[in-house]
Amino acid sequence: MITKRIIPCLDVRNGRVVKGVNFLGLRDVDSPVALAKYYSECGADELVFYDITASADGRAIFTDILRETAANVFIPLTVGGGINTVADFDRVLKCGADKVSVNSGAIRNPSLVGEAAKLYGDQCVVLSVDVKRVGGEFRIFGRGGRDDTGMEAISWIRRCVDSGAGEVVVNSMDTDGVKKGFDLEMLAAVCAAVNVPVIASGGAGCIGDFITLFKELPGVDAGLAASIFHFGEVKIADLKREMAEAGIPARITSGMTGSEE
Amino acid sequence: MTAIVDYGVGNLFSLGCSFAAIGESVRVTSDPAEISSADRIVLPGVGAFGDAAEKLRISGLGELIRGLAGEGKPLLGICLGMQLLFDESLEYGRHEGLGLIPGRVRPIADVIPEGLKIPHMGWNPLVFPHGKRPLLRFINEGDCVYFVHSFFADTEADHVIATAEYGAPLTAAVAKGSVYGCQFHPEKSGDVGLKILKAFCAVG
Repeated sequence: MITKRIIPCLDVRNGRVVKGVNFLGLRDVDSPVALAKYYSECGADELVFYDITASADGRAIFTDILRETAANVFIPLTVGGGINTVADFDRVLKCGADKVSVNSGAIRNPSLVGEAAKLYGDQCVVLSVDVKRVGGEFRIFGRGGRDDTGMEAISWIRRCVDSGAGEVVVNSMDTDGVKKGFDLEMLAAVCAAVNVPVIASGGAGCIGDFITLFKELPGVDAGLAASIFHFGEVKIADLKREMAEAGIPARITSGMTGSEE
Repeated sequence: MTAIVDYGVGNLFSLGCSFAAIGESVRVTSDPAEISSADRIVLPGVGAFGDAAEKLRISGLGELIRGLAGEGKPLLGICLGMQLLFDESLEYGRHEGLGLIPGRVRPIADVIPEGLKIPHMGWNPLVFPHGKRPLLRFINEGDCVYFVHSFFADTEADHVIATAEYGAPLTAAVAKGSVYGCQFHPEKSGDVGLKILKAFCAVG
């Protein structure tokens, strides 16, 4: 039985993790490599690196960081942020990324998903969407949630999966940051529409939110979050243990026993 | 020294790093002399079977590897590299493999219940049908490894040393003499994966 994945997301700018991480034995750590190692050791199933660098210089630093992480961390790495062309795919894959996540790049150029899937395989292309309820429908937002594209979300997701997206990250803008739980209604609609892995993002505030997610929606494959992991509100080892206790298939690793305190 | 065969499919950066992480000297190479003189060989691979088999044939590396494996040099196929060890694959047509282990590569969809997602992707615990064989000596049944695949190797039960349950027991690791294969990615399977690579380096 395949296990449900837990995925911390790291926002990287100019080679450092934005905001850093301040908890447990790690004080104000902002080295992406150190954090990736740390998360990998405490049981994260995958890592997402999100490049929020503005300049070309920053982009070069980002690829260096990615390379160093891939050389030291042996779990799947997904990279997102600023992916607009197949050349962007190529650049991050060569540095050791296993999957590449596209969002606004696919909105601007819908053929990107298909082109990348043909070159690198469906399993490599992750569609990431920012979705918000507008006038009674789920709407796709672009540019980091700033622009209402006017596109209905479920049909957009289906279209991208048909062109080769091998996985979908659904970030609900309605629940993001609220910490009252994942957007089960939105996620159920996506799960009903596609037969590729669905990753839930936005809204987790505590361990119980992940338990509810996986119990209520067996079609969801993974839960992604950022700050609740970075600030120690949810410890991955505890989360995995409680998932297992609740009968949810979870990957328990030997490094998780007691190493987090 | 371990030679990772570079025949133009996929990125071998992480795989090279994972051998380095266990303290094993490693070369990513397409040089026949270097491959021949290595203590052991790793055959990686991502993408389509037909394309990869063709690249191995045209470069002559397939024939070289088959010969070296025949002489008893330890060989580990990973993911598509494992599938290439078999007689043939039914991925988009029918393609000949290296024939080092009897069996054929078939779509997962043939054997799993409808409704399960394909590819079989994610972390799945291993089951050991014959106990702890040498490649598995440093890990335990129930340890999770990372899979991404849509086809699986259908072979004799004797050769299957690990399976993963996904609506059906899918072949996860194989062994025949000094020829080994992992359908999953040891280089992406955390400590468990590194221990499998370590065990491979210890067998020959």
